[in-house]
Amino acid sequence: MRVVTLSINGQHLSGRNDESVLQVARAHNIDIPTLCQLDGLSTWGGCRLCLVHVEGNNKLVPACVTNVFEGMVVQTESERLARYRRMIIEMLFSEGNHICSVCVSNGNCELQDAAQSQGIDHISLPYLYPERTVDASHDRFTFDPNRCVLCTRCVRVCDEVEGAHTWDVAGRGIKAHLITDLNQPWGESSSCTSCGKCVQVCPTGALFEKGKGAGEMVKKNEFLVYLEEMRQKRS
Amino acid sequence: MQTPQHLDAKNGRIVNLDDLKTIAEQEALLKSQLKHRIFVCMGTACQSCQSADVLDSLTREVSTRGGQAECLVTPGGCQGNCAEAPLVVVEPGGQLYRGVAPGDAASVIDSLKTGPVKRLLCDTTAPFFTEQTRLVTEYRGLVNPERIEDYIAVGGYIGLLTAVTELTPDEVIQQVTRSGLRGRGGAGYPTGLKWSTVAKAVSEQKYVICNADEGDPGAFMNRSVLEDYPFRVLEGMAIAGYALGATQGYVYVRAEYPLAVKRIEKAIAGAQRHGLLGNNIANTQFSFHVEVRLGAGAFVCGEETALISSIEGGRGLPCPRPPYPAESGLWGHPTLINNVETYTNIAPIIRNGGDWFAKIGTEKSKGTKTFALSGRVKNTGLVEVPLGTTLRKIIFDIGGGVPEGHKFKAVQTGGPAGGCIPAEHLDAPIDYESLQSLGSFMGSGGMIVMDDTSCMVDVAKFFMDFCATESCGKCIPCRVGTVHMRDILNKITTGEASLEDLAQLEELCDMVKYTSLCGLGQGAPNPVLSTLRYFKDEYMAHIIDHLCPAGVCAGKGQDIRRPACVL
Repeated sequence: MRVVTLSINGQHLSGRNDESVLQVARAHNIDIPTLCQLDGLSTWGGCRLCLVHVEGNNKLVPACVTNVFEGMVVQTESERLARYRRMIIEMLFSEGNHICSVCVSNGNCELQDAAQSQGIDHISLPYLYPERTVDASHDRFTFDPNRCVLCTRCVRVCDEVEGAHTWDVAGRGIKAHLITDLNQPWGESSSCTSCGKCVQVCPTGALFEKGKGAGEMVKKNEFLVYLEEMRQKRS
Repeated sequence: MQTPQHLDAKNGRIVNLDDLKTIAEQEALLKSQLKHRIFVCMGTACQSCQSADVLDSLTREVSTRGGQAECLVTPGGCQGNCAEAPLVVVEPGGQLYRGVAPGDAASVIDSLKTGPVKRLLCDTTAPFFTEQTRLVTEYRGLVNPERIEDYIAVGGYIGLLTAVTELTPDEVIQQVTRSGLRGRGGAGYPTGLKWSTVAKAVSEQKYVICNADEGDPGAFMNRSVLEDYPFRVLEGMAIAGYALGATQGYVYVRAEYPLAVKRIEKAIAGAQRHGLLGNNIANTQFSFHVEVRLGAGAFVCGEETALISSIEGGRGLPCPRPPYPAESGLWGHPTLINNVETYTNIAPIIRNGGDWFAKIGTEKSKGTKTFALSGRVKNTGLVEVPLGTTLRKIIFDIGGGVPEGHKFKAVQTGGPAGGCIPAEHLDAPIDYESLQSLGSFMGSGGMIVMDDTSCMVDVAKFFMDFCATESCGKCIPCRVGTVHMRDILNKITTGEASLEDLAQLEELCDMVKYTSLCGLGQGAPNPVLSTLRYFKDEYMAHIIDHLCPAGVCAGKGQDIRRPACVL
């Protein structure tokens, strides 16, 4: 591990060379939008919202999986990045069936937050209106795939933290979707421990506790960082 | 056949160049005792035209006439002109017979005494044969792909045994670097540089992977090479293993290539039997094992990180790079991934030296390249030319041009990440850089010729549909963007699109290209971008005049819009 100095948006900062651009930026209150990334889980690199410019690299790089280096020059905002980020969020809205007004996570949704921060009040892409079936077979939780953005936080937390690997992704491309166990109803899953970690890390209202009405589901995912810290101290 | 005495003492193991020489001499002796050798192509195209029956009937015909001692009928490899399958070659003389039916056996055997069967004879003085440079396919299919002795007789395994017994790993890498060989999977990364990166990585375990997950529409070069020269692919992999300090290799081949899978598995068993794979190759410390892994049909598994994930038993999903596989690949160990054709080039480079290879091709693109020529061209099949050859030479001289008096319109190279190159660029040399500057891509070597009966919007739609279906779904731009682009292309071909839709299509192309995670998404917009660059008038004809100039989306001069429902 080495300490390095770098510049983000013209601001001179320091970080460790095992830290990502995203970590260093956040430590210095520079906001980079993310959706699939969550502290305490492995990185995924799928949502592409955190793409940034790095001087000397003609490709855009995802801040969540790119480590900082000495003399690195990062630019997290540009007209082009704003356009791309807006399109990514528009794509998510067009892909699922997101109806905020009736959603349990209305007001507490990371997708909604991201859309607001990018100033999105309508989308220019046509809605795809996919047919997706709600799985309410679990005693305590419901999975509504209409609101799923396939960030795979639930898959990762279940595998990496709970160790159950109940969730996974099946299908390809636009047909990719979450499944429990071998595509059984969640309530019949033999691996699920009903710990509810997946529900708490889900950025939208796709996974929620039963009995919550519109706007009532508030996710608490801070436990992840504590868990990680405690486990590290023990080992 | 008799096995040489001293090989018996080593349980059939081949441990040095003298052993190879002994086998080669033995084979030469056998050959000299034969008056004729008849090779029946057993590649996929020929087999699908009953070449196995042709082989049977020829064998029967020879044995009923009692000529087995002087005439050998044997399975052989691809002759290239697959459109004229099944193909049979008679040696010596090299007469090539096309479209041979099992019933032609008697005439072919008669011809050995009376002269060639004119009605089956293929003109091997045609440019299709004379203008090619055979390096990857150097034995012209005149080896039995299932017999290691056949391969040794034409110089096989000299490369591996020379490397292991006479060269240091560094010297092997130096030769590969000097050769200027670049990755034949498409991107053209310098092979020597890749090898030296993996060699430098510090790890107790390293892996060598052969990427045989050929999935581009219209591409079949790797399949053919694996089917015909499986030993040479294994030899190249073993040389790589020696150079990098790897002891384990994997051939990742798609399950849709059953014959290639069978041949490579047979070749692994054969090479193991002769000590050319396994422990202590050439009685040295060097051990190298190879296993086959089958792909389940996902196009994205040709992307190296997705391929690794698939070998590990996970979903075939790409991962962000860096770290590159050279540093952290299969199960976190340094891993070399090269294409089938790249490995095929290794043995001759070691045998003849890197400088020999560097003399072929252009300044930046060395060697030859195989291309799968298909579409609206007279001679479809597998061709091999030095890099730097013009498109015109391949399509019009070797390929014989567009049939039935139609006019050449474009050639599509590079698969779904490639582009369409129009007639005005036919004189461009084929190398990695020039294809890229034309908005296309070398790719693994698919080359689809299109004439005035092809609608370029329809072509773009085909490739976009392919990418949308084959997207893995991990990153949003590729998962959702390809679907929207396909939908807009659909609208254009049915006359429902406006100029705003076209603008949105261009915007989506730009966004998907620069934000997608892996090569599949980054390349997906290319067929649209290249057809927009060269054939924008066709897009405009669809959008403004509601006409398809090629008469594909509707008959010529007819409105492409769906008739309004009258009910």
